[in-house]
Amino acid sequence: MNQMMKRPPHPRALPEQSEWTFELIEQAHEEIKRVAQGFGLDTYPNQLEIITAEQMMDAYTSVGMPVSYNHWSFGKHFLATEKGYKRGQMGLAYEIVINSNPCIAYLMEENSLTMQALVIAHAAYGHNSFFKGNYLFRTWTDAEAIVDYMVFAKNYIAECEQRHGIDAVELLLDSCHAIQNYGVDRYKRPAKLSLAQEQQRQKEREAYLQSQVNELWRTLPRREEEEAVTQAPTRFPPEPEENLLYFIEKYAPLLEPWQRELVRIVRKISQYFYPQRQTQVMNEGWATFWHYTILNQLYDEGVVGDGFMMEFLKSHTNVVYQPPVHSQYYNGINPYALGFAMMTDIRRICENPTAEDREWFPDIAGSDWKKTLDFAMRNFKDESFIAQYLSPKLIREFHFFAVLDDDKNEKLNVSAIHDEMGYRYVRQQLADQYNLGNREPNIQVWSVNTRDDRALTLRHTQFNRRPLNQQAHEVLKHVARLWGFDVHLDTVSPEGKLISTLECKREKRGRII
Amino acid sequence: MTYLIDRRLQGKNKSAVNRERFLRRYKSQIKDAVGRAIKGRSITDIENGEKVSIPVKDVNEPSFGHAHGGVWEVVNPGNQEYQKGDQIARPKGGGGAGRGKAGNSDQTTEDDFIFELSREEFMNYFFEDLELPNLVKTQLTATTDFKTQRAGYTVSGTPSNIHVLRSLRGALGRRIAVGGPSRRQLAEAEQELETLLLDGAPLDDPKVVELKKLIHHLHTRLLAIPFIDPFDLRYSNRIKVPKPMTQAVMFCIMDVSGSMDEQRKDTAKRFFILLYLFLKRVYDKIEVVFIRHHTAAAEVDEHEFFHSRESGGTVVSSALNLLNKIIDERYGAGSWNSYVAQASDGDNWDNDSVLCRQLLTNTIMPKVQYYTYVEITDGPPQNLWEQYAQVPDHHQHFAMQKIVTPADIYPVFRELFKKQPK
Repeated sequence: MNQMMKRPPHPRALPEQSEWTFELIEQAHEEIKRVAQGFGLDTYPNQLEIITAEQMMDAYTSVGMPVSYNHWSFGKHFLATEKGYKRGQMGLAYEIVINSNPCIAYLMEENSLTMQALVIAHAAYGHNSFFKGNYLFRTWTDAEAIVDYMVFAKNYIAECEQRHGIDAVELLLDSCHAIQNYGVDRYKRPAKLSLAQEQQRQKEREAYLQSQVNELWRTLPRREEEEAVTQAPTRFPPEPEENLLYFIEKYAPLLEPWQRELVRIVRKISQYFYPQRQTQVMNEGWATFWHYTILNQLYDEGVVGDGFMMEFLKSHTNVVYQPPVHSQYYNGINPYALGFAMMTDIRRICENPTAEDREWFPDIAGSDWKKTLDFAMRNFKDESFIAQYLSPKLIREFHFFAVLDDDKNEKLNVSAIHDEMGYRYVRQQLADQYNLGNREPNIQVWSVNTRDDRALTLRHTQFNRRPLNQQAHEVLKHVARLWGFDVHLDTVSPEGKLISTLECKREKRGRII
Repeated sequence: MTYLIDRRLQGKNKSAVNRERFLRRYKSQIKDAVGRAIKGRSITDIENGEKVSIPVKDVNEPSFGHAHGGVWEVVNPGNQEYQKGDQIARPKGGGGAGRGKAGNSDQTTEDDFIFELSREEFMNYFFEDLELPNLVKTQLTATTDFKTQRAGYTVSGTPSNIHVLRSLRGALGRRIAVGGPSRRQLAEAEQELETLLLDGAPLDDPKVVELKKLIHHLHTRLLAIPFIDPFDLRYSNRIKVPKPMTQAVMFCIMDVSGSMDEQRKDTAKRFFILLYLFLKRVYDKIEVVFIRHHTAAAEVDEHEFFHSRESGGTVVSSALNLLNKIIDERYGAGSWNSYVAQASDGDNWDNDSVLCRQLLTNTIMPKVQYYTYVEITDGPPQNLWEQYAQVPDHHQHFAMQKIVTPADIYPVFRELFKKQPK
């Protein structure tokens, strides 16, 4: 009778059971929402959807969107996922969350109540607030319109398949997919459009684009232009264009209006995912930090019990495990591990700074951790986030080291390790590693021969003497299919010296099939 | 505002279209893979679908990327022993510490893309381009072939179909039913009259007269019920039913002479299984008859067919005679599609082979849809082969092939059942 009560029982404590019910999910969500709002997380409204494992695989394989057009590539991913899942070689993602308003988060029916709570905290409050707050998403994506746009794209493409045949559409999409990473504007901001406007503008666009192309490719020069020809030939395009798909959509000589629209659809979707590719560490780190923090708070309050916590911690630990480089399970840096460690570390620096922290982070050491974290979430991408916030303590904990691999040297050289001399160097190197500009070859539209054979020249500016992969020639064929005429790919040194060139000649002139 | 939506019931199989698109695109590769999957493997579980692999280079979607080379500087976690300035030998494969983020599909060797075809998909690829020879003929006749069959009784029909027993039985019932109340009244009236008369009532008693009148009236009424009414007539009903032509019988004839060892029997078995699966796709109903022979032939069950150890010399014609007898007795050429698959190592008594050819040409071939002969041997053709080779001169629906190893089974099968030029 004299036993000490460990904690006061919470009036709205969740039952210790692993089966979920709709009532329990709603109850758990209410508690999570209350705690999240207490921490000041600002989110889009949430739409939680219970789905089956098979539906999860569907969503998983069509670029995570609730609707998408049909393509064999999605079928390929579905088959691969299904095989892995059925054999138990891989679990499915616990969650998929869509950057839309309302924010859609999928809960798989097979998950236990604990996992559902974890997913709600992670996706519906972590990712959701990141989508709403981070500057890249704010600038580049339109959460209001994306689902509508995907519906438009699906219907439009299905219509094209009816009119022009599945094969014609598939070939064109294949080619667009091959260069979809080069269908991104890095600096120009896209206009936001509603579905209705999109459909209306689509008609106008067809007509307008075609008239532009016709103007560029006039075969009978006007009189006044004839005189201009005798002067210095004008370059086209006047400036190199980094957005290959945009250039093709606008200027490819032989594309029909519907084909231009398809190029545009792939380009729009690629653009929509561009912020995700740049914020993996931050986004997952943020979501993981918040599910950890929110659920711990619920435990401290007594809303969830010991059993719940044990199961949650097991999943959480798996997610943030980082195998060392010599491990057979090593597969690069785990963005969940790094992101979670950094977010937690920032809170630590705010709350319990050491002398080292005060020296390295004088601005944030001892500050309000919620404000500091919120600022970090809003204003950085992976590259700048790491450059700004990776602390010596974490570099030591991860045992980070940098290795220089120069093919001119016979051996690899350890250029820095986790010591006093190496911190800044390792941090900068790791940050660079997340720079998409370094990760992907720099390839831009260089020039078009407007007067003669209409050949398109792309220019690859080499970075650190790194060669292009062997698939480059295959990709070039796809570019040639879109362009309709010969395509050249020049590789030049940073100083502009031509190093090598790849060519793809179109044997038959004429309509692209 | 939060929404909790149960999506489980809707949108199932959303990827079916994409899956189908994938299969469509890689049709020829999948067909090759299905072919490869058959070779040298057990065929018994063929119906369960199949894992199919396509070389990864074919399903790869190319994109621009860096290959290894030039300068890479990579940060990795988990340093154990290195100090700044340490030189490390470049690991084999060239990826080195740059594996992971810097790694590239150029360096890594990837396994084939493997996925599972459903049973239905697999069988479609498996039997694509194959057809049963002479199937067209059967199907044409099948549409015109009906047989009549009794189907109870109807209330209308031609007089020749009147069913007397049923009609009279109906009439009797009607008469009992209709006459019932009058007959009861009559019995009561007669009873009353008898009682009155016994009590000594005079014949002109008004009550007696009245009763007599009533009795007369009831008699007349009962007599007025017709003995038979058009309503009672029943006619035998006969309906036309299409004669089931989609039935087939498959004869498996195997030589079990001493030279047919376990391995050869196994090869033959696989061939028969393939044929069975194939026929089963076309016919609703298929029966299998096993005939084994050495010097004498016998009809046996499947187990004995493949596993009995009884053995002896070879007289092939014994099996053909038995085959002919069974067809005549049980599978009249009119309603059955008969297929024969014969497997042998080709060794036969000299004078018997000629007899076999004659039996086939004159008697058996007109009765069957298709006859295939496979010779399981690695030696030169035997006399049976030479005699059989003359059969196609008279009958086109005869085919023969040689099987040396189990790997030949599927190609030979395809050859035997390939689509005929129309």
